[in-house]
Amino acid sequence: MSPDLHRAKSLVPAAFETSLRTRMVRMASWTAFVLLTAWCLWAFGVSPARLAEGALRFGNVVSFMFPPHIWTSWAEWQEILKGLGETVAMAFMGTVLGAVVAFPLAFLGARNIMPSTWFRLTIRRGFDALRAVEQLILALIFIRAFGLGPLAGILAIAVSEVGTFSKLFSEAIENTSKKPVDGLKASGGGSMQTIRFAVLPQALPVILSIILYNFESNTRSGTILGIVGAGGIGFLLADRISAYRWPEAWTIIFLIILTVYLIDGFSGFLRKRIIGGETRKTK
Amino acid sequence: MSALSPAIDRFETDYAAARRSARRVNVVSTALFSICFLAAAWMGGFLDMTEVTLATGERVSMWKIWAGLPRLGEYLHKTLPVLHWETLGADLGSWFWRWKVWLRLLVETILIAYMATLLGIVGAFLLSFPASRNLAPNAVVLNLTRRYLEILRTVPDLVWALIFVFCFGVGPLAGVLAIGFHATGALGKLYSEANENADMRPVEGIRASGGSWFDQVRYGIVPQVIPNIISYTVLRFEINVRSSSIIGFVGAGGLGQEIRVSMSLQEYTDLSALFLIIFAAVIVIDTVSEKMRHRIIGLTGKGV
Repeated sequence: MSPDLHRAKSLVPAAFETSLRTRMVRMASWTAFVLLTAWCLWAFGVSPARLAEGALRFGNVVSFMFPPHIWTSWAEWQEILKGLGETVAMAFMGTVLGAVVAFPLAFLGARNIMPSTWFRLTIRRGFDALRAVEQLILALIFIRAFGLGPLAGILAIAVSEVGTFSKLFSEAIENTSKKPVDGLKASGGGSMQTIRFAVLPQALPVILSIILYNFESNTRSGTILGIVGAGGIGFLLADRISAYRWPEAWTIIFLIILTVYLIDGFSGFLRKRIIGGETRKTK
Repeated sequence: MSALSPAIDRFETDYAAARRSARRVNVVSTALFSICFLAAAWMGGFLDMTEVTLATGERVSMWKIWAGLPRLGEYLHKTLPVLHWETLGADLGSWFWRWKVWLRLLVETILIAYMATLLGIVGAFLLSFPASRNLAPNAVVLNLTRRYLEILRTVPDLVWALIFVFCFGVGPLAGVLAIGFHATGALGKLYSEANENADMRPVEGIRASGGSWFDQVRYGIVPQVIPNIISYTVLRFEINVRSSSIIGFVGAGGLGQEIRVSMSLQEYTDLSALFLIIFAAVIVIDTVSEKMRHRIIGLTGKGV
C-alpha cells in the first residue's frame, strides 16, 4: 500500500470503512430477507423435486406450441374469431361508457373547477373506492345481476374505468393553464363558457390520449374476464385449458397476443394523428 | 370580386378550404366511431332484450340492463351485514366469523406477492440489459429478449396461473410463478427503459479503460438506474398484492379461493368482509411503500 493511501486512511478513516451501525443494519436486513424467503419456500412447499416435475410438465405443455393447432372447419374459426371480437368489443364499449360517465365527474374532482374542498375530496375518495374493487370481482357481481356473457364484462370494465378515468381526467384538467380562463372571465364569460372555451381545448388532447391508452390496457385485461364467465376469448381459453387441449390453448394465446399487438399499433397511430407528434405518457 | 387586397382574398379562400377539410374529417371520424360503437354494442349484447315477470305476473320484454339493475341492488344489499349498536361486538364477530382462516390466507396472499415480486426482480434485472437498445450486444439478442418480455406481459397472470396450476398442482407455488412471470415482463420493460435513459458517458469511460461488457453494465449502468428500479419495484409489489388476492379463483392460492367459495355458497356478508380485508391490506401496503419509496429516493438524491 502506498504511503499516500496510508496517510489518507489515517486522516479520514470513515471514507475507507463502513460504520458498525451500517454494517449491522445491512446484515440484519439480509438475514431478514433470507429468512423470509426461506420461510416462504418452506410454507409454499417448494422442493427441487416438485420444481423439476413441474418444469418437466411445463416443458411438455410448451412443446404442444409447435406446430400450432390450426382449426380446419370454419365453424371453429368462427367461434374463436367471435370470442376475440367480443373481447375487443367489450374493451371498446367499457372504455367509451367509462369515459362518458367519468367526463362530467372529473370536473367535480378538479381543484381549479370545484372550489369546495370537502365536496371535491368526497368525490375523489369515491373514485378511489371504485378503483379499489378488482375488475374480476366486479365482473362476478355483474354476472349475478345481468347473467353470463359480455354484457357483464362491459359493465365491469366501465365501472372500474369510471374510477380510473375520473382521477386521470381531473388531473388533466388541473394541469391546464389558468391564463385563458382569466382572459375569458375578463371578457365576461360565464363558468360554462370558461370550461368550454378555456379549459377543454387544453385538456381534450390529454384526455383523448388517456382514453386510447386505457383502451389498450382494457383489451389486455379484458381477455381474462371470460375465465369467470363474463364473455370474450377468456372463456374459450379457460375451456381449452381445463380440457387439456393444449395445442388449441396455445393457438388462442398466440391470437390474443396478435390482437393486443394490432390494437397497440392502431391506437398508437390514432394517438399520433390526434395529438400530433409528441405524446405524453400518462401511466 | 372585392375591393380588398388580393392577399385577404387568398386568405378567405384558404380558410374556407381548411374549414371544409376539417369538417370532412370530423364527419368521417364521427361516422367511423358510430359504426364501431354500434358493432361493439351489438357484439357485447348491450342492445339485448330479456323477458321479465312483473309483480303482477305479467311477462314483458325489457332492456337487459334495465332489468338487471334491481337485481344488482338486491345483490349488493345482501352483502351488507346486519349491525346493531347494542350487540355490535357479537355482530362484528359473526360478520368476520372466519377471521382466523382469512388472516392466514391474507398472509399467504402477501407472501405470494412478495415471492412473485422477487422472481420478477431477478428475471427482469437480468433480462433488462440485453433488452435495452444501448447495451444489447447485437440486434438478434435485443429483439429476442424484447419479444420474450412482451409475451410474458401480454399473457395475463390469470392465464399463466391456469397453466401453472396444471403443471405444479393447486396451491400458492402456481400463483407465485404466474404472477412472477407476468411481473418479469412488466418490470423488464420498465427496467430496460431506465437503462436506455442512463447516461452513457461512464460506460464509455469504462470501455475506454478496457472494461468488459459485464464491467460496463456493473459499474457504468447499475449505479445510475438503481433508484428507478427500486421505485418501479415497490409500485409493482402493490399491483402484485392485488393480483394475488384474486389468483385463487383458478386455484393458485391466497384469498381468491375464499371469495370464490363464498360466492358459490352464497355467503353474501363474507364477500363484504373479504373485500374490507383486502382493501385495508392494500391501503396499508400503499402507505408503507410510498414512505419507503420517498425514503429511498431521498437517500440517493434521485427522483423518478
